[in-house]
Amino acid sequence: MKYTPNPSSVVDEMLQTIGCSSLDDLFADIHEELKVKDRLNLSSGMGEMEVRNQLKYLAGCNIDTENYPCFLGAGAYDHYIPAALEQLLLRSEFYTAYTPYQPEISQGILQSIFEYQTMICKLTGLDVSNASMYDGGSSLAEACSLACANSKNKNKVVISDTVHPEYLDILKAYALSGHMEIVVVPGQDGHSDIDAMVKAIDNETACAVIQQPNFYGILEDPTAVEKAIHENKGMFIMSVEPLSLALLKSPAEWGADIAVGEGQSLGINLSFGGPYLGFMAANKALMRKIPGRIVGQTTDLDGKRAFVLTLQAREQHIRREKAASNICSNQALCALASSMYLSLVGDQGLKDIATRCHHLALYARQEFEKAGMELKYKQPVFNEFALKVNNPVNANRILLENGIIGGYELDDALLLAFTEKRTRAEIDQLVAVLGGIK
Amino acid sequence: MPKLIFEKHVNNSNPFTLPTCDIPLPELSETIPAQFLRNESIALPELSEVEAVRHFTELSTRAYGVDSGFYPLGSCTMKYNPKINEWAARLPGFAGLHPYQSEDTVQGALQLYYEMQEMLAEIVGMDAFSLQPAAGAHGEMTGIMMIKAYHQYRKDYKRTKIMVPDSAHGTNPATANVIGYEVIEIKSNERGLVDLEDLRTKMNDEVAGLMLTNPNTLGLFEEDIQEIAAIVHDGGGLLYYDGANLNGILGVARPGDMGFDVVHVNLHKTFSTPHGGGGPGSGPVGVKSTLIDFLPKPVVVKKGDTYGFNYNLPLSIGKVKNFYGNFGVIIKAYTYIKSLGAEGLKEAGQHAVLNANYLRHQLRDDFNIPIDRLCKHEFVLNSKKQSDYGVTTLDIAKRLIDYGYHPPTIYFPLIINEAMMIEPTETESKERLDEFVDVMKAIARESAQETEKVLNAPQNAVIKRVDEVTAARKPIVKWEAP
Repeated sequence: MKYTPNPSSVVDEMLQTIGCSSLDDLFADIHEELKVKDRLNLSSGMGEMEVRNQLKYLAGCNIDTENYPCFLGAGAYDHYIPAALEQLLLRSEFYTAYTPYQPEISQGILQSIFEYQTMICKLTGLDVSNASMYDGGSSLAEACSLACANSKNKNKVVISDTVHPEYLDILKAYALSGHMEIVVVPGQDGHSDIDAMVKAIDNETACAVIQQPNFYGILEDPTAVEKAIHENKGMFIMSVEPLSLALLKSPAEWGADIAVGEGQSLGINLSFGGPYLGFMAANKALMRKIPGRIVGQTTDLDGKRAFVLTLQAREQHIRREKAASNICSNQALCALASSMYLSLVGDQGLKDIATRCHHLALYARQEFEKAGMELKYKQPVFNEFALKVNNPVNANRILLENGIIGGYELDDALLLAFTEKRTRAEIDQLVAVLGGIK
Repeated sequence: MPKLIFEKHVNNSNPFTLPTCDIPLPELSETIPAQFLRNESIALPELSEVEAVRHFTELSTRAYGVDSGFYPLGSCTMKYNPKINEWAARLPGFAGLHPYQSEDTVQGALQLYYEMQEMLAEIVGMDAFSLQPAAGAHGEMTGIMMIKAYHQYRKDYKRTKIMVPDSAHGTNPATANVIGYEVIEIKSNERGLVDLEDLRTKMNDEVAGLMLTNPNTLGLFEEDIQEIAAIVHDGGGLLYYDGANLNGILGVARPGDMGFDVVHVNLHKTFSTPHGGGGPGSGPVGVKSTLIDFLPKPVVVKKGDTYGFNYNLPLSIGKVKNFYGNFGVIIKAYTYIKSLGAEGLKEAGQHAVLNANYLRHQLRDDFNIPIDRLCKHEFVLNSKKQSDYGVTTLDIAKRLIDYGYHPPTIYFPLIINEAMMIEPTETESKERLDEFVDVMKAIARESAQETEKVLNAPQNAVIKRVDEVTAARKPIVKWEAP
């Protein structure tokens, strides 16, 4: 299969026009010894039917959440995606477009991002959202970098270890820059050690970070941390699950200066971990500091409402070696998917979905306890909790034999997540299988 | 002017319905303590499904993709995005995989991932790959982190600088800065290539490495690449390859053979995955054996007939992204490479270069081309000839919109005044290129004879030029209820 439209006769004609005798002439500026001898060591091309069979074969080697009930969460969730969303996302004017640098020909993309920014502001309660970022983990790292870059004398990040462990790994990698010192405060009994965090905060602390709900699904009360970090003139950063915000106090209500999170729950396929959607929102004071793109509303020469990429003086293509972030793209199509999702389920729908997830998790907790099993932690949760099991790897193996994709394996527990796709029957079976092995 | 979705809200019009479920449904106030519950309402818009569908369909008609027409954006490689790739990524056996499923349940995905690591290594001449970075700039960051980790491991702490040519993409200096390096700019010579004397003068034992794009942003192959590599390596530095322009040498030459130690490739450029209006992309990073130990974790390995993750990488820089990268994008690029095969990839590279040189040749009489010689996948012209009439590159770009084209990249690279950077890619036919040439010639003519038409462009777009100054001075970045 090839996608080069010019047949060899036309190629010859074009070569002649430019005064070349062969395609090789076009590479006369590359030393012979640097050229690939003969051809790359790859297989030959395939026709569409053949390549389709190959991909279908590989996809068929996997066990997927479309055909198996899935209780895995831990930062990626098996939510339902409305059919209309999947169809709309295939409009190729959206997916084959580039970044909307030319506003006159890109109003559709720009407006969709403006709407996305508005929805993220509504969810988080904050004033300004960027046009999206790579994912939840890198957004958190960018937020911490922002906090450190924003203050001359502060470079300490105080963060609870009840944040997603991969987010912590990403943050540590970003700290290779030398611009951030990461202070990880161990949690206790499944939640942040608020007293220890407050003690760790000092006048060199640029920000304090709490995840809500935390990695173990538990709701955190960050009130004291928020107070301490603000007393020390640092920033309070929350990493939040956007669907939970239909029910839970918004980052703004908790006093956060920056909210970040993973938007995969909002209409984005699991896709083995990506592409997902990092979001970042902040209070007004950070409007000109927040990394990534931002779309603003303005007018055209006729006074008509128009949208345009704005505040670009912050960005790498202008500030180059002075830029505080190197991000020059966003996850536009994923952001679009999330705003389509929020529009298709609507305000009440989002609350209903979040409530259903919560109720299913509560039902499962209750049934596990009835079956004599023990929860690892007892605190309030949104849609995820850890269940004690002796051998999590073995438990997952037996669940799989019973046609169930089990939970995330902790040392002595399975972290189980519940989405609106799960049914009572599936949960009853989960409880029966796990109850049978304990 | 289309309304915003918030302006289409109708109370109680949304039909979304959950399945019935016979479990206990306690009040939230009984199950979540009050201090955790939200007080302020979110106030998302409520619409009927048909109105929501029409809203987004209308937005799509006000966007422009590769499927809409010619998109000669320099350095962005806007090639056709094959539809079979989209089909593949949406297979439930891929799209429906949770990242934490056990390895035995995702063998097909891991095989694809492993093969992709191997194929990319072969294409660019590297020893190993990580597919974790989510975009080109993210790949750059990962690569520079590895360079830093390498020097630190060798206790070579005095290397605090990264060299970047003045023609580089803005992300190069930005990346070096965010990883904590001081940026040293290297001059270009009159031929548009790295000035070797400047490089020699600036290379010393405080320099960690050089970031280079080859072909560079003028579309020119850095002919002295072997000497450049020798200067950097002899000084103890490493060579970073920015793969944004890989399409210009695809299948013909490999960065690994030129002496580069670490590369990133843009799957959304060279390997045909769609740009999505700004993302998601994917920016895998490849390294020579010297840097393998520093790759992000995990890497996918083959053990006998099965595939699995290796997290046991004690010197790894850690992670740059959740999970394993933008897998959905990787599937599309894998499908593309399998479709084209070795010969097809080379032909893609060759035709990309042919198309660029053909356009350069056909436009040289009407437009100034500051460095007018054999180019690779792209070239740069400017509006010098039109400036006599007060016409700028921006005006030409806007006039192209009137003719139904997406304009090329403008005002980049910075080293060319009023630059317009044109990259046609290999997926355009001669007919399309000829049409574009005719339009560009028409604009050149208009610039001289009907200047107002160019200065006032666009007239045929959904909006006229926008007030960017007010947008930045008094930012409105979200909709507020009236």
